[in-house]
Amino acid sequence: MAIKGLEIRDISATRYAALGISKVPRMTKLIDLSTCIGCKACEVACMEWNDLPMDETYRAAGGYQTIPDLAHNFWNLIKFNEVDNGNGLLWTMAKHQCMHCENPGCLRACPAPGAIVQYTNGIVDFVQENCIGCQFCVTGCPFNVPRISPKNQKVYKCTLCSDRVAAGLEPACIKACPTGCLQFGTKEQLLEYGRHRVRELRSRGFKDAAIYDPPGVMGTHVIYVVPYGNHPEVYGLPADPRIPALVSLWKGPLKTIGSTIMLGGVTAALLHYLTYGPMEVKPDTDVKKQR
Amino acid sequence: MTNGWTDIGNADVVLAMGGNPAENHPCGFKWVIEAKKKRGAKLVCIDPRFNRTAAVADHFVQIRAGTDIAFLGGLINYILSNGLYHEEYVRLFTNATFLVKSDFSFGNGLFSGYNPASGTYDKSTWQYQQDGSGHALQDPSLRDTDCVFQHLKKHFSRYTSAVVSEITGASVEDFERAAGIICSTGRPEKAGTIMYALGWTHHSFAVQIIRAAAILQLLLGNIGRPGGGVNALRGHSNIQGGTDHGVAFDKLPGYLKSPTADQQDLKHYLMENTPKPLSPTSMNYWSNYPAFFISLMKTMYGNHATLENDFAYHYLPKADRNYSWVYLFDDMYQGKLEGMLTFGMNPVANGPNSNKMISALSKLKWLVVADCFETETAQFWRAPGIDPGEVDTEVFLLPAGIFAEKDGSFTNSARWAQWKWKALDPPGDAKADQEMLARIFLKVRELYQEGAGAFPEPILHLSWPYSRPQDPPLEEIAKEINGHAVADVIDGKGEVVAKVGEQLSTFAHLKDDGSTSCGNWLYCGSFTEKGNMMARRGRSDPSGLGMYHEWAWNWPLNRRILYNRASCDADGRPWDPTRVSIMWDGTRWVGDTPDYKADSPPGAGLGAFIMLPEGVGKIFAADFVEGPLPEHYEPVESPIKNPLHPEVSSNPLVKRFVSDKDGYANPEDFPIVCTTYRLTEHFHFWTKHITVNSLLQPEFFVEIPYELAKQKGIKDQDLVRVTSARGSVEGKALVTKRIKPMRVGGREVWQIGIPIHWGFAGRVKGPLANLLTPTAVDPNSFTPEYKGFLVRLEKV
Repeated sequence: MAIKGLEIRDISATRYAALGISKVPRMTKLIDLSTCIGCKACEVACMEWNDLPMDETYRAAGGYQTIPDLAHNFWNLIKFNEVDNGNGLLWTMAKHQCMHCENPGCLRACPAPGAIVQYTNGIVDFVQENCIGCQFCVTGCPFNVPRISPKNQKVYKCTLCSDRVAAGLEPACIKACPTGCLQFGTKEQLLEYGRHRVRELRSRGFKDAAIYDPPGVMGTHVIYVVPYGNHPEVYGLPADPRIPALVSLWKGPLKTIGSTIMLGGVTAALLHYLTYGPMEVKPDTDVKKQR
Repeated sequence: MTNGWTDIGNADVVLAMGGNPAENHPCGFKWVIEAKKKRGAKLVCIDPRFNRTAAVADHFVQIRAGTDIAFLGGLINYILSNGLYHEEYVRLFTNATFLVKSDFSFGNGLFSGYNPASGTYDKSTWQYQQDGSGHALQDPSLRDTDCVFQHLKKHFSRYTSAVVSEITGASVEDFERAAGIICSTGRPEKAGTIMYALGWTHHSFAVQIIRAAAILQLLLGNIGRPGGGVNALRGHSNIQGGTDHGVAFDKLPGYLKSPTADQQDLKHYLMENTPKPLSPTSMNYWSNYPAFFISLMKTMYGNHATLENDFAYHYLPKADRNYSWVYLFDDMYQGKLEGMLTFGMNPVANGPNSNKMISALSKLKWLVVADCFETETAQFWRAPGIDPGEVDTEVFLLPAGIFAEKDGSFTNSARWAQWKWKALDPPGDAKADQEMLARIFLKVRELYQEGAGAFPEPILHLSWPYSRPQDPPLEEIAKEINGHAVADVIDGKGEVVAKVGEQLSTFAHLKDDGSTSCGNWLYCGSFTEKGNMMARRGRSDPSGLGMYHEWAWNWPLNRRILYNRASCDADGRPWDPTRVSIMWDGTRWVGDTPDYKADSPPGAGLGAFIMLPEGVGKIFAADFVEGPLPEHYEPVESPIKNPLHPEVSSNPLVKRFVSDKDGYANPEDFPIVCTTYRLTEHFHFWTKHITVNSLLQPEFFVEIPYELAKQKGIKDQDLVRVTSARGSVEGKALVTKRIKPMRVGGREVWQIGIPIHWGFAGRVKGPLANLLTPTAVDPNSFTPEYKGFLVRLEKV
């Protein structure tokens, strides 16, 4: 039995329809980039809660960011960026992790049944035991988030602490954030809060402040308040993320063509079986193979 | 802090200077964000580097390390020349009206009374003109040329925007934009706060920087008010508690003074430390000094402290000179010490001039280190470049429990003492500090009982009333600190306010006749008959200002904002009715615990600063050794001569040490200004022993301005060497645009920065930043000048 909010809404490579219209609120994380102080408490909380052991690190070139990129065992990264925009220095610190898209490119791309699920509360989760390591999800993600483990060839990313959320707790990163830069709630609540923050920022002179909730993936369950909303790329956020055309094609027209071809194959096999009967396999051959 | 963490959220302007709260106090920084969100507050960050506080500030100004007084002096001048001060507040609550002796003067970097031979001041000319009863003469019109206000104006008129720019390296435009924001809070309906930390205390003129901040806030009417104050951000979870309980050589618990060699009897000691009122309206609360001190002696010596033996005053050591720690290490380096116990302290890493620290320790016969890690101090004998075979010191490492492995209290920067509970037992043989100290004490006492000591009474008579003598329960110690009635305590009206044996509820009940015992008068009220007030966790906040009076307990008397009488006008009405700390309700002061006589009506005109003999805040203060008004002096090592007075360039009261380990640089050989600092990811020299922190900042680095790196052909990640007159360190370059070149004293000056967190012990290793720093200390506080010294930089 599923825990509240963790009922399956969508699932990879499986014909599936959620029963009824879900009343479960869509849970969302808001990251207010005007109040992030780059303290990395969220990175620590993520590592500690999810028990992600890291190897030795070194300081990445050019700043305080010591871990250069997301990794299979590092799901929450603050990217530091120094920008000299002519009339002053901007030192941006922006938290990056899975965006938990409303229309998840990873799930669309995944060919392994049940390897990627989207819960009714909006969380997109990877189920490693069903993962076949093909990395189509990596191709499908417009935010470049999933990372494959060199140890077991499975793909990993932020779970939005689906385990904590199901138990009524906020994700670990939210809990650790000292300034209130990270907020957790329903999408409606946080969009309202975000709009309020944007108005405040505009009144303080950030005339292009905006909410980052990209429509190209039908919105995300990780949204940002961005002081320079016209330049999200300054913070390492893609300006207009979309699911790659190949994935759309693969799951759209190509899927129909593919299904037709596959159905033809299965029909042919069935006819073959009815006509010629089963193929017999001698038992000792199997034993030899095992040796 | 005069105010508190939660109160930062009530500010309209936050000045973060001499501190980097976003990086070093990230949890407290939430209140800055709160002020921005709720009040639209402006955050101004002044620092040698564009740091993580600057990243979220509304305005950032880069200054040369060690030029804070010049910047603050510029702000004071900006306020005075533009009439931005809160005039009514200044008249009511400061000593601006007081007349200084006519022969007081200042010129060429020196105040009157300087004796070049001794290098000290005779302070007689810094005193007030007094009437027959010893009260200071005043001029309410502020026009008398001898009045403090006129001296202030004259003194700071030299700190024009152009001079500020010449000294600090900030542009005139940047300075004036910052001044415009900071000085906007002189209006009654506005309040501004200052947050500072080691960036102000780590200088050879540190106390005077903080004095300048106090003057600024008094002029703007920001002391005593919600959203105002001068707020020191303390760097350890309980360093405030440590300071309150007298960890410095010259202090006893509760900021009482250690006796000095010329105070051989109690009468003399009390006379010199009990101030006389300088104004007829002064409450002069320190007149209770004898009650505080004698109650402390009763706690220390119990029945052995009697009227007949001067309450055991002669048991206390009388300091004949400076025993602060750089002086102690200088003695140690000269072979004058036999052994040392060090608890929760890592002097090899956190002392200035680490090479001298290491050499000094190697001259000891024995060293005891109690710590939860094998620190640099515990293994100084195998520091890089040291041959263990050459070191004869016997080192004992006592494994210590950490904070979660004992109960007790933490006093935070806001003076809130919060009780905590033990989470788990210390592992293995590790013990809590109090158990180790108790066992050492009991053993020493045993040796004295056997007749080994020359002066046994101070040890044998020490009160040790704990239920577990070998491991005193901290609750019992907390009760002892709070104090109890030794006999029935009777107040002025003849009523018994505390029966014999009862816990006291307020320091107002302390007596100088031996009928009360109190380990620290400031903490009286923390553990009363009602129980442990520090363990309270009530969340009600009727003030709406985040005071939370039922959450833990803070000294003094659970008063959240100090000097809160100054939050109201002469009639007892709050300057800002939307932010009420206290107010007069017709019969008494209500709201926060009043820092005032609770039933003294506004019309009586009692001074708002009850602890000061003046009864008002001191703009002019003769209390400090190098002058009654702050003056910009260059750091001991500076790239330029002081533009204000080149002949008296640095603080004339600063002593230079003369050992062969103590070099001081000249700017020709060491042209670059260097400053040390801390990073969010680490806690001092501790967390390099811990996995996750080490992952987040694994390596020592040197922050180098982009333009300087280009000039020297240094690329990011290149190995560089930084050398001072004491030592040198090597590490990877972090080339950044966050430190800019500056024009100072008419020429180009460079600044580089070094985080302190590494050493030769720990999970990740790196050079000790303090290999570079000089043995030069503030002459009031004796804190070393870790920031703003000279180095040379080269690519390896």
